[in-house]
Amino acid sequence: MPPQLKRLIPIFIVFIGIFLVIRYFLVPDTFGQYGHYRGKTLDDVSSQEQVHSDKETCILCHDDVQLIIENDAHATLSCLICHGPGLEHTEDPTTENILKESSREFCGKCHNVNAARPLEVVTQVDISEHNTELNCTDCHNPHQVWEGIE
Amino acid sequence: MGGNRIKSSRRNFIKKTVAAAGTIAVSSLLDPINVLVFATDPPEEGPWWGVGIDISQCIGCGMCAKACKMENKVPEEPFYFRTWVEQYTVLNDETVRVESPNGGIDGFEQSVEDEDIFKTFFVPKMCNHCSKSPCTQVCPVGATFESPDGVALVDESYCIGCSYCVQACPYGCRYLHPEKKVADKCTLCYHRIKIGLSPACMEICPTQARIYGDLNDKESELVQFLKDKNWQILKPHMNTGSKLFYNALRAEVR
Repeated sequence: MPPQLKRLIPIFIVFIGIFLVIRYFLVPDTFGQYGHYRGKTLDDVSSQEQVHSDKETCILCHDDVQLIIENDAHATLSCLICHGPGLEHTEDPTTENILKESSREFCGKCHNVNAARPLEVVTQVDISEHNTELNCTDCHNPHQVWEGIE
Repeated sequence: MGGNRIKSSRRNFIKKTVAAAGTIAVSSLLDPINVLVFATDPPEEGPWWGVGIDISQCIGCGMCAKACKMENKVPEEPFYFRTWVEQYTVLNDETVRVESPNGGIDGFEQSVEDEDIFKTFFVPKMCNHCSKSPCTQVCPVGATFESPDGVALVDESYCIGCSYCVQACPYGCRYLHPEKKVADKCTLCYHRIKIGLSPACMEICPTQARIYGDLNDKESELVQFLKDKNWQILKPHMNTGSKLFYNALRAEVR
């Protein structure tokens, strides 16, 4: 082996050693626990703050509404779709921190006529023509849609 | 003299070649080379999450996109989405229009007269949670990955914001967060599914057009969906190992 190379070998060893030391301090503890990533990320992601409640929790208190709506056309709906995320309300139930969407535009998001909406899935009206002077909830109870309408 | 030198170096050459080839052959037998280094296999135990979307049930209310933005604090501007809804309209002259005004959050206005429409339908889009995901393979720092239970996630503290993954995703499901300057995407509401709640978009969906489930559990709702429906995945030719299964997916959808 040429003497130049022999002299280079210890320098290489020193550099690789320095690299390994720096690497040891820079790589996070849980890196490589499950794969080529920081294992603790799974905990970080699952500790994200929840915003939406869920229907099961709503029914714990509002079982009376559930008894009405479960036989209605709106039975498959989650409470949250019209009443908002509602997590604040489940922690501190007041009438202030829950939504009651009832505008024509809001109902129209599902029920306005659109050729792409399957008729067998959702009932539709043209909200630009159907009783334009009234609000939807003036006639339709969202929990009992056809109740009292001939 | 000259002939000897050539002979000796040929012998050495063959010796070294055989030694090198033998070493490679033996070592590859010890640990077979896995070409799909970044592919995640279903776990032996525990859930392996997947998603089912039934296009024939989607009514395009856009509440899923709205709920997702609220739940995950996605920026309000109309170009940041973790999930969104597209309206496909195939016209009688065979042109295809794809519209997604604000991701569907403000509702859809039918832009074409009924008589010009051949077929129109809504397609909800979200992360496919691929098991061979292109987005995780290109990450230069190991900040994005497929979790052991099959959810593609981003490590916000590790991401350097190079956006390589944003352009690698064939489904357009990632964006660069304008304030955090890191890649952001659907986590399948990891914080919710971990405690047994459904993701926000699926909780809010009025027609249960979206479901999620454990592909390892043969009794799960999703496995039943796969049994009953004539499903298809998006861009199967890209071999992404997508775990988002669409019922009633038409060829026009990209």
